Amino acid sequence: MTINRREFIKANAVAAAAAVAGVSVPAMASNFITSSDLTKLKWDKAPCRFCGTGCSVNVGVMDGKVVATHGDIKSPVNKGLNCVKGYFLSKIMYGKDRLTTPLLRMTNGKYDKEGEFTPITWEQAFNVMAEKAKDALQKNGPEALGMFGSGQWTVQEGYAAVKLMKAGFRTNNIDPNARHCMASAVGGFMRTFGIDEPMGCYDDLEAADAFVLWGSNMAEMHPILWTRLTDRRLSAPHVKVAVLSTFEHRSFDLADNGMVFTPQTDLAILNYIANYIIETGRVNKDFVNKHTNFKLGETDIGYGLRPEHPLEQKAKNNGKTAGSSTSISFDEYAKFVSTYTAEYTAKLSGVPEHKLKALAELYADPKIKVTSFWTMGFNQHTRGVWANNLVYNIHLLTGKISTPGNSPFSLTGQPSACGTAREVGTFSHRLPADMVVANPKHRATAEKIWNLPEGTVPAKPGYHAALQNRMLKDGKLNFYWVQCNNNMQAAANINEEGYPGYRNPKNFIVVSDPYPTVTAQAADLILPAAMWVEKEGVYGNAERRTQSWYQMVEAPEGAKSDLWQLVEFSKRFNIEEVWSEELIAKKPEVRGKTLFDVLYKESSVGKFSLDEIPEDRLNHESREFGFYIQKGLFEEYASFGRGHAHDLAPYDRYHQERGLRWPVVDGKETQWRFKEGTDPYAKAGSGWDFYGHKDGRAVIFALPYEPPAESPDEEYDLWLSTGRVLEHWHSGSMTQRVPELYKAMPDALVYMHPDDAKARNMRRGDLVKLISRRGEVQTRVETRGRNKPPKGLVYMPWFDASRLVNKVTLDATDPLSKQTDFKKCAIKIVKV
Amino acid sequence: MKKFNLITMSSLLIMTLAPLFYVSTAISADKDTINTVATLRDHTKVDEQKTPNTIPQVMNKDIKQTRNYPMQPPVIPHTTRSYEVNTNSNKCMSCHSRHRTEKSQAPMVSVTHYMDRDGNFLAEVSPRRYFCNQCHVTQVDAKPLVENTFTDMHSLMKNKVTSAEKD
Repeated sequence: MTINRREFIKANAVAAAAAVAGVSVPAMASNFITSSDLTKLKWDKAPCRFCGTGCSVNVGVMDGKVVATHGDIKSPVNKGLNCVKGYFLSKIMYGKDRLTTPLLRMTNGKYDKEGEFTPITWEQAFNVMAEKAKDALQKNGPEALGMFGSGQWTVQEGYAAVKLMKAGFRTNNIDPNARHCMASAVGGFMRTFGIDEPMGCYDDLEAADAFVLWGSNMAEMHPILWTRLTDRRLSAPHVKVAVLSTFEHRSFDLADNGMVFTPQTDLAILNYIANYIIETGRVNKDFVNKHTNFKLGETDIGYGLRPEHPLEQKAKNNGKTAGSSTSISFDEYAKFVSTYTAEYTAKLSGVPEHKLKALAELYADPKIKVTSFWTMGFNQHTRGVWANNLVYNIHLLTGKISTPGNSPFSLTGQPSACGTAREVGTFSHRLPADMVVANPKHRATAEKIWNLPEGTVPAKPGYHAALQNRMLKDGKLNFYWVQCNNNMQAAANINEEGYPGYRNPKNFIVVSDPYPTVTAQAADLILPAAMWVEKEGVYGNAERRTQSWYQMVEAPEGAKSDLWQLVEFSKRFNIEEVWSEELIAKKPEVRGKTLFDVLYKESSVGKFSLDEIPEDRLNHESREFGFYIQKGLFEEYASFGRGHAHDLAPYDRYHQERGLRWPVVDGKETQWRFKEGTDPYAKAGSGWDFYGHKDGRAVIFALPYEPPAESPDEEYDLWLSTGRVLEHWHSGSMTQRVPELYKAMPDALVYMHPDDAKARNMRRGDLVKLISRRGEVQTRVETRGRNKPPKGLVYMPWFDASRLVNKVTLDATDPLSKQTDFKKCAIKIVKV
Repeated sequence: MKKFNLITMSSLLIMTLAPLFYVSTAISADKDTINTVATLRDHTKVDEQKTPNTIPQVMNKDIKQTRNYPMQPPVIPHTTRSYEVNTNSNKCMSCHSRHRTEKSQAPMVSVTHYMDRDGNFLAEVSPRRYFCNQCHVTQVDAKPLVENTFTDMHSLMKNKVTSAEKD
């Protein structure tokens, strides 16, 4: 039936093409170049710049420019495939507005918070930065300094930043944008297993009989994993796919059991499944007895808002005890979940009983190998850690864990959220290899590796992401450096917290980015950054795979990598300016030295010579600093985890491999952790060994459903969920500058149910305002796109710099993980 | 052919001058052009909002676009509105599959699409390529917000041939 339409279009197309052909045909005919000198491309491997999947791409370079990219056929992750974003990686570095000079707000040649952005030299930029940092340090101490980093930093950049902040400036006020992304996943892992990151790997995709997506739109956000899941589902017809979300999206296209639930009730559904497993007698008793403990978690823990917020005033246990728990028996646990009957859960969630039962059966049936995937639906949740704990419960009750296809799998969002944010520990409470600043033994370990005196690393956790914005607003955080993220677009409630914080006259805000972003626009000093293959680095993906790449092209003249910026800046500080006399007295030989000397050059970071870099390789930073800094940083960082179940291979090996999954022991990577036979750390005879906890047992947590921070009411009558799209990476600062991607998805629209639009007298394309208690944003209505929300909920993505949906969102966080819930707040929509 | 060269040359010129242009606009920024850096926001302040433009139309002219490099998945030159691609059906394949192309005159899906993960050719398109919209996207009729100075390898080679001829 479309042939007719096609024929019509084609007639026009031929006519139009002929007009173009008149110009291009003769040109093409004489342009078939065959000489191999001219047609040769230099190919090299690099992990993709975008999501946490961690595809490997081949990058083709000609005359110092990236001219082509394609999926790496040798990579076990993607086997030659890329998603549409990945296929356009070649163009992300070539937006015309690349920043090439530092820009400072100035009036009449002097810094002025209200001035105009004016080009200055790097020398001038570091001068003003050092002056502002020293001023803040002197007036208000180390806690007045802060940094907001990234799960898109290279491992080396994150590690250099941790060292600079925690040991150099002696403040823990460093946090990555990964706080918005997978802090709840980390909380879940630490609480249930005592060690971070997934036990399984992507090979589960080819082994499972059933997949359950909990708040993960893999089709758009992890497209290449989705191709593997699709491959499995369609080539093995017995395989089933269940998809849960608060609205229908592209992943429902493959769903055998698609479920749209009322926001927050995923907690109840998870408990219902546990109850179903128990009531139908399908608990794997042998596994549960040998490998698990039961605990009852603290409840009524608040919503991570400012302390004066009525919800925090009302919460009973939102203080330090929020994460506490007490031991209970299996019977007590069974009684706890028994209230989550099919009837109760169906009523609360809006999911019909038969669908819930079909879902529960995937877990309960001992013959089905089931893999659960989740991303932001679970993690960006005011009970995100609980949601993570609860999904582990159902895998532990059935023993479906750590074996091929049986896998509770937390998918991470960013290319190195696992590598740089989690493993390196760029969080305000963390140190490398799962260690935390609050633990004196962990601090001592760090100080020993860093060869620094006892007491260098402060014990008090620093400001996390949401708190950083609040402290900027309150004038407590006065020197603030943002690298490799776009938090003015990405953080919730920018109207009330982020923007007033950045523009607070007490504060000096530095933003490093390849492009002018919304965050740069809100800054006082903008530093032009090198990106991706303009530098050497390492990323760690969602399946513990560590991947490295070489610098392949020069950055535009004037742009410098985040690593160069961090390390070069450290030269501006003498140790006497940042450390107390008392601390210096413990190690007098540091006297008169700079942070650069102490932290980098004269530490183990500086011990690898330039000879180790292949001669034909670019390496701007190392050649400038005089040592192979990426290797030095990596090897020193790796020494934290070697021998402690976080083993990494020697740095050089990563240049040869398409990544390796840690722990890498005796040269071999690990696919399934905690299982004897596949994990070298699992003790002989144990079967399973959850060695993150001293007794080798994982914890099954009794945790209830609790309502969200804000729900629709009479005035603000709709749920708002925000999120990402396939065609753009996060805030779109790279992908919106690729014309093909821009034209594929130019603007963030608000996706609405047609009945909700009709009830408000709105039609597709109408100009509307989304209004919350915190702010408003204008966009246009979409009633028929790829997302199909139920009545009462709307979805608006956040990639669009010109329509800032985070003026509307609520900065409520999970009180345990401090991760913001971007998936639910109450709004109204009116026509403009 | 002349025109072709001219275009290539001028785009190269723009590329080399781009940093200069940028600096000069930043220097000359006055009160009216504050926030010169807000290139994706059409120079709108963070606490203000420009009225959103109307939803652009998807281009539907069936004219193939030049690929930026051979491995780029071609963009879709027609609308795909209400095309179903789900477990039960794949609307795209009703024109682009091998045995439909004579009737549809649509391009056949690339031969790579018949390969499984291990590089073996299957009798039909591999299920890993089932969801076409993961790589192939439609294009709306809208002007990009920011120019992209990506260089086509062809124009690099062409320049070398031209300069060799001159020598």
